[in-house]
Amino acid sequence: MRTIYTWSAILAVVISSVVGDVVLAHAMKQVGDVGDLWRKKGLVVVIRRTVGNPGFSLGVLAMAVSFFCLLFGLSWGDVSLVAPAAASLTFIGNAVAARIFLHERVDRRRWIAASMVAAGVALLAG
Amino acid sequence: MDLRKNLVLGGVAVFAASGDSMLSHGMKQVGSISIHHLQGVIFAILNPWVAVGIILLLGFFATYTTALSWADLTYVLPASSLGYVLVALVAKFFLHEHVSATRWMGIALITGGVGFVAGGPALTQHPDHGGEGSGVQR
Repeated sequence: MRTIYTWSAILAVVISSVVGDVVLAHAMKQVGDVGDLWRKKGLVVVIRRTVGNPGFSLGVLAMAVSFFCLLFGLSWGDVSLVAPAAASLTFIGNAVAARIFLHERVDRRRWIAASMVAAGVALLAG
Repeated sequence: MDLRKNLVLGGVAVFAASGDSMLSHGMKQVGSISIHHLQGVIFAILNPWVAVGIILLLGFFATYTTALSWADLTYVLPASSLGYVLVALVAKFFLHEHVSATRWMGIALITGGVGFVAGGPALTQHPDHGGEGSGVQR
């Protein structure tokens, strides 16, 4: 039963963190190149446009949910399982979601990179 | 990819790694916080390590969102994972902790993965994307 709880928490961390990353990435693409915007219109406009974007708040909310799911997961399962499993599955989930929802060109190069990083994170924290 | 953008990507990794490490060090000093004694969280924030950790993680968030404004998510995430490598190197050379063979293999895989993605373009060009949002999409 504890295993089911732990893996449900890991799954919840992965889903909320992927949603957060994808929504935030989409929001920041709408804001545009922050460096350019800062030079042309100033920092106040950058902050107002970023914080005023609904996707930004939604992304931050999803990341907060992911953080609390991680805390629950850590209270049910071992840190050596929960942390690396959640982190590396998030990399893979993000690659899939970025391709579907953000229409990023996830070519073979990026698939290999995402898989290597996911495997590396799992080894590092294991 | 100019110097400014590389600095921002480096900042993502450095802020994430240093922020997490300081927060972890501070929280070990504070001890565990129970859900029934949430006032413990306030004492945790008063711990200088935790406070600096939070400031560094705000720096992480600022650089991360900046990077996402001009690079793909699948480009920024591997770059930010270099932070894991930094933590392992700091553990080995400054804290003189033992880094096992498995961890060195993990470091090699992450570094290789980052090298792989860094060799390609940072942003997918969308020809049909011009009118979307109020941004200065390029």
